[in-house]
Amino acid sequence: MTKSELIAKLAERYPQLVAKDAELAVKTILDAMAKSLAQGQRIEIRGFGSFDLNYRPPRVGRNPKSGSKVEVPEKFVPHFKAGKELRERVDELM
Amino acid sequence: MQYGTTTMTLTKADLADMLFDKVGLNKREAKDMVEAFFEEIRLSLADGDVVKLSGFGNFQLRDKPQRPGRNPKTGEEIPISARRVVTFHASQKLKGLVEIHYAKHQQRRSDQ
Repeated sequence: MTKSELIAKLAERYPQLVAKDAELAVKTILDAMAKSLAQGQRIEIRGFGSFDLNYRPPRVGRNPKSGSKVEVPEKFVPHFKAGKELRERVDELM
Repeated sequence: MQYGTTTMTLTKADLADMLFDKVGLNKREAKDMVEAFFEEIRLSLADGDVVKLSGFGNFQLRDKPQRPGRNPKTGEEIPISARRVVTFHASQKLKGLVEIHYAKHQQRRSDQ
């Protein structure tokens, strides 16, 4: 499922809304989530999961083309942990 | 939480407030829309279909084989059954936003 398919599904669910509202809603939700993580704020969605930032210490990496050493500075990367309901539902068909 | 400028957490209620403010949905519609947003993603993943949200990231599925495990209390060996799990891969854009934040944080620290 892509973002535009998600928008179409939400528009179908809410025929009273204009299709543009579904599009704006998806954009608003994703922007808010990205902004939250970009500010170092975690996200917790009950029944879905949580998004956090994980620390990556500085390391010496290699340029895969030239093989030369490069200092990779420390950084934070987004991390998602699925919640109970999502975990159980994706595993049901197994 | 390992890191942040605030201890607050973004929740469904916060997202519903934003839909009320920015999209003009009423409180009830806003709450339902947030719920439906995450439900559609769950439905897709439960159906075995990955979810690709450009600019944000991809939710993918991984099938993990059975592996040996242990009850940490008793030390008893119990196999961990084969399972399907969800993984999230942040987009380059989201990774970039998070790194910019980190750089600003470092700047603030060195200014103090």
